[in-house]
Amino acid sequence: MLELQNISFGVETEKGARDIIRDVSLKFEDDKFTVITGPNGGGKSTLARLIAGIEKPDQGRIIFNGEDITDLSITDRARKGISYALQQPVRFKGIRVVDLLRIASGKTISIDEACSYLSEVGLCAREYINREVNSSLSGGELKRIEIATVLARKTSLSVFDEPEAGIDLWSFQNLISVFEHMQKSYHGSIIIISHQERILNIADNIIVIADGRVKAQGAREEILPSLIGTDSAVNACSELSKGDQ
Amino acid sequence: MLDKIQLELLKEVADLDELPVGAVNIRANGKAEVRNSTANIEIVPKTDVSGIDIHIKPGTKNESVHIPVVVSKTGLKEVVYNDFYIGDDCDVVIVAGCGIDNCGGQDSEHDGIHRFRVGKNCKVRYIEKHYGSGTGKGKRILNPGTEVYLGENSTMEMEMTQIKGVDDTDRDTKAELAAGAKLTVRERLMTHNEQNAVSSYHVDLNGAGSSADIVSRGVARDASHQTLNLGISGNAKSSGHTECDSIIMDQARILAVPSLEANDPDSSLVHEAAIGRIAGDQLIKLMTLGLSEAEAEEEIIMGFLR
Repeated sequence: MLELQNISFGVETEKGARDIIRDVSLKFEDDKFTVITGPNGGGKSTLARLIAGIEKPDQGRIIFNGEDITDLSITDRARKGISYALQQPVRFKGIRVVDLLRIASGKTISIDEACSYLSEVGLCAREYINREVNSSLSGGELKRIEIATVLARKTSLSVFDEPEAGIDLWSFQNLISVFEHMQKSYHGSIIIISHQERILNIADNIIVIADGRVKAQGAREEILPSLIGTDSAVNACSELSKGDQ
Repeated sequence: MLDKIQLELLKEVADLDELPVGAVNIRANGKAEVRNSTANIEIVPKTDVSGIDIHIKPGTKNESVHIPVVVSKTGLKEVVYNDFYIGDDCDVVIVAGCGIDNCGGQDSEHDGIHRFRVGKNCKVRYIEKHYGSGTGKGKRILNPGTEVYLGENSTMEMEMTQIKGVDDTDRDTKAELAAGAKLTVRERLMTHNEQNAVSSYHVDLNGAGSSADIVSRGVARDASHQTLNLGISGNAKSSGHTECDSIIMDQARILAVPSLEANDPDSSLVHEAAIGRIAGDQLIKLMTLGLSEAEAEEEIIMGFLR
């Protein structure tokens, strides 16, 4: 179980100090699929980065499986069983898909094993396994590879920061089926930062973050109805038509 | 007989655990230890200067030549000339490379001058690795000079790698391309400590339809210094691309000097050059997969230099 206790985090800007997260306390139960939603700029991604250890809170503690991990590095948290998929997947010159999967699984893996992770995210393994994770891959392909690396880690907690960011609608529709599949087959807790209605639809629990605070939290049935039609639960088509205007 | 150190050097520079099949010339501490010609590839020692002439008969296909050099004696300095005469319609692989192990106090230096005269319609793959080892105070110095004359419609792929242990290097590569010829260069360079590396390329695209693609990737660590001069002259309807991509670390310094010269209005030339630290998000990504920062750096560098 992951627990955030009274977490606060701020940054220094040209206009002075700005609070991003204000005294947030949350509990993430084991084996639950939780979606964190809320308006842009509300602090959702920062929360994900605080969990992964990329940012350290100014105040508060982070407890993971009973252990205080607040002061642990990104590496130590990863080794304790936290996976994190970045909003903008990183490109590498020379590092191949199979290398990332090897690093993620923490051991030398067979081609068959690497291929099985790629197949799970809907990529034809043979075409991708030896490709470099560089700019020749599309945003949608990178997202899938990012998810495959998380699957390869087999950790008890996986955090996905806005998996829909930076990809086209068609790729996103395909990506949702990957999450639907994960929701059914994955053993462990999943936290997804997203405002996509279709992602919210498969959540066990929903948390709404706005202005750095928890505005609402609870089971999907309880929270989702109040979100439909707001910025916190957009459907993919409305997002697209907004882009056309 | 080659000793243990020499065998290890041989493995580093030519991936050789045993004697290769085909034409071979292994030079160790200034003299030929092994020399073998084949029906199509003849290796003849020079009489005026140190070195060999390698004659490859027209139409030779799917054959290889290995000409590695190992130096394990401190204070040895040599200049060696290796001339390749490759007939028309050949398809061959040439593996060169030099390993220096210097455990003594005097500088050891090998300057290999390779000249390739390639006929028409050939396909040549050239692999050259340079490596240094040993704990002596004497420097390990390698100054390779390479000249390539590519005949009509011939292609040459050159893989040039210097990853470790060479204290001082001045690499100079020149090429002249006839009509329809194509040159591809993939250089990988890593420098450590106080090492200094200069790598210069100059390609003359002389024939119509000739093209060159030169990509140099380098990693400069510690207080090392790299200078990269990548030049192409388009003297006919031709296309050329140079790319210099460097990772800089610690207190290292890098100077990248791309130069393009168009002497024909139909020559199309492009250069790219980038120098920077390892990107922070690359480190973060690999750390979220469980690597320490140092391990993440190594993976990124190994991939970059692959």
